[in-house]
Amino acid sequence: MDTTKTAIADSSYVKTKKLVIDVKNLKKSFGTQKVLQKISMQLFDGENLVVLGKSGSGKSVLVKCIIRLLEADGGSIDIMGENVGGLHQDGLMEIRKKIGFLFQSGALYDSMTVRENLEFPLTRIKKDLTRAAVNEKVKEALENVGLLEAIDKMPAQLSGGMRKRISLARTIVLDPMIMLYDEPTTGLDPITSDEISILINDIQQKYKTSSIIITHDIACARSTANRVVMLHEGQIYQEGSLESFEKSEDMFIKSFFK
Amino acid sequence: MKKLIPIIQLKPSVEQAKNHAIKVTEKTFDISNKASGFFQEVANMFLFAAQTFKATFSRDFEFKEFLRQCYQIGNKSLPLISVTGIIIGLVLAIQSRPTLMNFGAVTMLPGMVAVSLIREMGPVITALICAGKIGSGMGAELGSMKVTEQIDAMEVSSTNPMRFLVVTRVLAATLMIPLLVLYADALGLIGSWAGANIKGDVTFILYCRQALSHVHFMDFLPAVIKTFVFGSIIGLVGCYKGYNAGRGTESVGKAANSAVVLASLLVIMVDLVAVQITDML
Repeated sequence: MDTTKTAIADSSYVKTKKLVIDVKNLKKSFGTQKVLQKISMQLFDGENLVVLGKSGSGKSVLVKCIIRLLEADGGSIDIMGENVGGLHQDGLMEIRKKIGFLFQSGALYDSMTVRENLEFPLTRIKKDLTRAAVNEKVKEALENVGLLEAIDKMPAQLSGGMRKRISLARTIVLDPMIMLYDEPTTGLDPITSDEISILINDIQQKYKTSSIIITHDIACARSTANRVVMLHEGQIYQEGSLESFEKSEDMFIKSFFK
Repeated sequence: MKKLIPIIQLKPSVEQAKNHAIKVTEKTFDISNKASGFFQEVANMFLFAAQTFKATFSRDFEFKEFLRQCYQIGNKSLPLISVTGIIIGLVLAIQSRPTLMNFGAVTMLPGMVAVSLIREMGPVITALICAGKIGSGMGAELGSMKVTEQIDAMEVSSTNPMRFLVVTRVLAATLMIPLLVLYADALGLIGSWAGANIKGDVTFILYCRQALSHVHFMDFLPAVIKTFVFGSIIGLVGCYKGYNAGRGTESVGKAANSAVVLASLLVIMVDLVAVQITDML
């Protein structure tokens, strides 16, 4: 199977938009297993970039390397002009303040209420905020995801979809410039998945974020994508607009979009 | 046919030698892998302790979380430590009384029990119980946070999880375990008084006066110092095992289990060293 890049990005983005994330020749292995092999891709300002691929194709590893939860074995990652690989802890923390990360599991802090979950990063990053301002921001973020009534609940009292939405609120409460979504709709029913996809678009509009959305859910990709990158066996299989994927005659791509 | 016989006989012996050589090589590799794994684990633990120490003196100490951990470790361990402390004292008194009576030294009972409790029984048994309760709790809690990506979530939101999760727990254990030991010693004394009164008759005030008259400052000081070391070991081992748990749910159980085993072992080893040092003083 040909696993080389077969199409180039939507040229309108390349020409007009500012580069936000630039990944060049990224490599990552676990032991002898090569998970990412010379991945190069870009995220442009204000776009939703969907990274599609089968389970085990290296999508989550890619996004974790971008935020340096995993150390890459080779290549470079530039976020807003800063080489993430060369940053020390303080520099990395500064970069991470600009990025929101939605985990596949939601990753809400079990021992804290929803309010405390949102306050936790807010009070540690934006230390100059008054108590009233913190309350205001927490309520605003929860209103944006439609879950203000859950403010005093514990994560264990929430459904899967609610946990994802609260987790989303926890990231947007910090006003991020970049959003990284790791399988935002996995494990959710189609209705809740649609709600999450709508929320992703709302966040893009309201907070003017640039986003990478890791998914294998075609419905989510159709709702959110401005541009699509497909990963296969740790390499970029195809890159382009959603329409180019829908019209593709390639059997592997067709198997995704049927 | 005659010429063939030695060849047929030789063939298996060459194969056997080959297999033997392969087995020896495999065993050698296995032993060297285990040894390097052990030394790597020790090095990682020292590195973790150094990172914890560094994070302790960094800015923005998480005081609220530290108080919460003190409450969790101290207050929530009180019932278990109470029962244990009373029983240790009771058993010591009941077991020692007949022997002391044989030597006509039953009046030495309060002093003997107090010295045993303060120097050895109180600190070691309380530390071992705390290793089981607190060490496993920390291992399981941090392990499940690791598995459910909560620690990663803290990292990506620019919060130092070492400062919030590890430093607060290690410091709380270091501070609370000595207090729990003192509490266990006091209850042990009450328990031993109750034990002495099963077959005797002595007032509590007289018993305490006799007990404390045999306890000197040098019985007390090394015991208190080593309980701080026990506390920090239990906190560090529990946090290290939880923080470095694997990705599956099975690893949570493993983290909790290995935290208890390693912390208990280290408590006993440190106690051995502490006894030797105290003996030299």
